[in-house]
Amino acid sequence: MQVVVCAKQIPDPATPYELEPDTHLLVRPTEQILDDTDRYGVEMGLQLAQASEGTVTLVSMGPAGNMQGIRQALAMGADKAVIVDDPSLRGSDALTTARVLAEVIKREGFDLVIAGTESTDGYSGVVPQMVAELLGVPALTYATAVTAGDGSVTIHRQTAAGYDIVEADLPAVVSVTAGVVEPRYPTFKGIMEAKKKPVETLSVSDLGLEPDIRQKVVSVEPAPERQAGEIVEDDGEAYLRIVELLEKVKVI
Amino acid sequence: MADVWVFCQEAGGEPTSLGLELLTKARELGDVTALYLGSGSDAAFATLGDYGVSRVYHFDPGDELASGPVAAAIADLVEEHRPDLLVFGQGYDDRDIAGRLAARLGLSVLSNAVDVAIDGAVTTRHEIFGGSQIATATVEGDGPYVVLVRPKSFPAEPAGGPPPSVTSVELPDVGAAKARVTGSHVEEREGPQLEDAAVVVAGGRGLGNPEAFELVERVAKTLGAATGATRAIVDAGWVPYAKQVGQTGKTVKPDVYIACGISGAMQHLVGMKDSKTIIAINKDPEAPIFSVADLGIVGDVHKVLPKLAEALEARAGG
Repeated sequence: MQVVVCAKQIPDPATPYELEPDTHLLVRPTEQILDDTDRYGVEMGLQLAQASEGTVTLVSMGPAGNMQGIRQALAMGADKAVIVDDPSLRGSDALTTARVLAEVIKREGFDLVIAGTESTDGYSGVVPQMVAELLGVPALTYATAVTAGDGSVTIHRQTAAGYDIVEADLPAVVSVTAGVVEPRYPTFKGIMEAKKKPVETLSVSDLGLEPDIRQKVVSVEPAPERQAGEIVEDDGEAYLRIVELLEKVKVI
Repeated sequence: MADVWVFCQEAGGEPTSLGLELLTKARELGDVTALYLGSGSDAAFATLGDYGVSRVYHFDPGDELASGPVAAAIADLVEEHRPDLLVFGQGYDDRDIAGRLAARLGLSVLSNAVDVAIDGAVTTRHEIFGGSQIATATVEGDGPYVVLVRPKSFPAEPAGGPPPSVTSVELPDVGAAKARVTGSHVEEREGPQLEDAAVVVAGGRGLGNPEAFELVERVAKTLGAATGATRAIVDAGWVPYAKQVGQTGKTVKPDVYIACGISGAMQHLVGMKDSKTIIAINKDPEAPIFSVADLGIVGDVHKVLPKLAEALEARAGG
């Protein structure tokens, strides 16, 4: 099975995010990490590819930087990566991103595309569905479990009340929730091998696309501050403060 | 008057509260058409009329996965009628249908809005960085515009109105994009529904182990509260996905939210920070959850929760 995993490099969420003052776009350092959400997609892709003697190709868009995030995914075991890095894609909206990813995926060929449900830095939450529409295949979304083989794929699709079982013929797009599988940690051997794996960098003109980004952030302002609450150290009796407050707001 | 189309889904035979919130807001913006997904009934359509809907397009995909055929059908209607604005919620099917629809028609989607206005062009407001900042966004060029709104951004209030005209829309065969729903699993829950509960008691990684979630359940039971959880412990398999509060998961706005062993990652804060009263118990005094708490207890949940549960049980018993 030929598996494509969409993966994104993002600024480390452990460091405070900053916006450029003029454009309100996220400042992206040279060193970005693999979005944690995508570790689950990569693991799922590796398991399905390994079970069918297939391959895993990473497809990514954004400033390549020093490729640390991409190397992380390659070190887990992905075979190769294609990243589209182009200044004209700065401030890309979900539709532009989906068009770029879909174009690369078409060129690479696929049986199954796996993506996270949403990125940690942008979280528009609609890119996998858009990619599926552009590829003309089903989008099996919010998967908490995935099985694939014999030309079809079945997932548990998260719902408000529990989950649905959804199945479709391949090719298809699946978006996975974190927790769908336990991602492996790269081994030393994996990290060494990742350095030699093929990484192709493309521009939008290589893909024959002309980005048309119509979405703009016009201003950013601080939210009204919530009135600071009271912080107390537990001395063994702090639970009484909770009881008191619950009485005050008439919950008990 | 702007022509505004609102996606509204059915659950338990009635429009969801998310759909009704969006309809309430849409009435302010213009003339409202509902895109209704579900079995449909006179009672459900009457509710839509009561929320100010004049026209309903009804879609019932049966056991086919809704997104492919419903997005295709809506796309045809949009091409024909050119509405100014399409509003969806930040829900599961909402995202799937809006995403496919927008890709099909080449429309830009504004996600995670907490407010929306239309005056020729569309303007939306978004909470970013865990709600500490508000971004205002727009889409250049002509509509139709597609906006996804977070749950609980607006109150749901009926306006009174006659039953709307209803058109049942035949769904196209989407061929290779088809998928089937072959089963449905509803997770059992005790107590009230999480989204609508007046009190929510939620647990996070600070509980230390899955068994400690019983402490959360015990406190919730005495308060008649729903239980909630962070993404971290849902992903770890401690509690079912249906309990997840946050960006991916549910948005809650109860009278009281008690956060137990929750650090307050951005992903979680956006789902609960608008609760009326927030109580947080966490060992780490630097935890971001304390920045939104009305009462913060710096302490060990394993010590505070049992005492709290005993005190509440004693009151309930006495």
